[in-house]
Amino acid sequence: MEPNNRWFIAATVAVALLLAVMPLPHQWLWFRPAFTALLVIFWITRMPQSLGVGFAWMVGFLEDLVTGATLGTHALALAVLAYFSLLTYQRTRAFNPAQQLMWVFILVGINQVVGNWVHSLAGKPVPGLTFLWPALTSALLWPWVAPWLSVVAGRLQVR
Amino acid sequence: MLGLVAAALIAISLYTDWLQPLRERVAGFVAPFYWITGAPERVGDWAGEQLRTREELLEENSRLKRQLLLLEQRSQLLAAVKAENTQLKELMNSAEMVDERVLVAQIIGVSPDPLEHVLLIDKGRDDGVDLGTPIMDASGLLGQVIEAGDSSSRVLLITDASHAIPVQVLRNSVRAVAEGTGDLYRLKLRHLANTSDIREGDLLLSSGLGGRFPAGYPVGEVISVQRDPGRAFAEAEVQPRGRMNRSRFVLAVIAERDDGLGTE
Repeated sequence: MEPNNRWFIAATVAVALLLAVMPLPHQWLWFRPAFTALLVIFWITRMPQSLGVGFAWMVGFLEDLVTGATLGTHALALAVLAYFSLLTYQRTRAFNPAQQLMWVFILVGINQVVGNWVHSLAGKPVPGLTFLWPALTSALLWPWVAPWLSVVAGRLQVR
Repeated sequence: MLGLVAAALIAISLYTDWLQPLRERVAGFVAPFYWITGAPERVGDWAGEQLRTREELLEENSRLKRQLLLLEQRSQLLAAVKAENTQLKELMNSAEMVDERVLVAQIIGVSPDPLEHVLLIDKGRDDGVDLGTPIMDASGLLGQVIEAGDSSSRVLLITDASHAIPVQVLRNSVRAVAEGTGDLYRLKLRHLANTSDIREGDLLLSSGLGGRFPAGYPVGEVISVQRDPGRAFAEAEVQPRGRMNRSRFVLAVIAERDDGLGTE
């Protein structure tokens, strides 16, 4: 058994959770990128054989605990997101950067739609399409996050 | 499969409170996340404190001394009034006064969800904070505890869209219910009788009805009243007194003995 540096995955999850609760000015809260969603897309596209829906579900459950959201909200959203990422990881890898950006927007958008659905079940007022802003900011963040993460993951030979 | 588990979890946590103990159990795991992300702000505060000049400190010192003198004088008056009040209440055979203990807590985090106004504070069950403990700052009520862990708790602010608090007008004791709007600077009084005597500038106090909040703490000030003869009810907008997103330290009001009726 060679070392596979799985701890790096756990570390990125911890950082994503930290960013998810990082204090922001109140008017910027709507634009906070969905860091965990980006992370799930990244890891599943990179290692579809070993990471899957279960991994995403655990990340989502931790995020629910940490953010104090209705338990299961992020778990469900990220599990759905992971399912679509698993279906399309080969295409995602082959896309050029602009296509990838669009695709990440759609994937995170799906994640947001599921989250928003739970919010409306909980009876919280959601003004219009504002819940899609994180999909946009996440997509814009993707070209910075993904190459950087894959360089580090390559160095550490995360498998 | 996992989707079903998640859906079940959502249903359980939305419609029952079975998972409440779990949430309180993991509070110790959750708090560090907020503590770490709050670190830069604390370092900034600390640096701001350390880098002040001697003159500033001296000036602040003398200002605080003057303020202390004023407040001490006022609290002496208050002690006499309180004694008299207790005596009168005893004469009238009214319910017992509840003695309150006030605990200073520090805000360690703010909920990342823009749809809810929730704070994390660094006091929990170990310090006597419990579900429903009212939280206030120097100028008014802020909210109540909705989840109490061992050493941290979550506080729902009165401006959260799902929160409502029974209030009464200081001037004439007209009662109403102040609902949160999801806006940090607005509360709303709905379903006021068109003839009820509420004006701009009225100060609203908690009425103690419902037994959650102690009576007599300032909640907010009425800033506008809309009376439309075509509608069955009037509405009023209220500006909360407590500074919802400014306070760094808050006060937890812990009732020493709760008779379940509030203070009236």
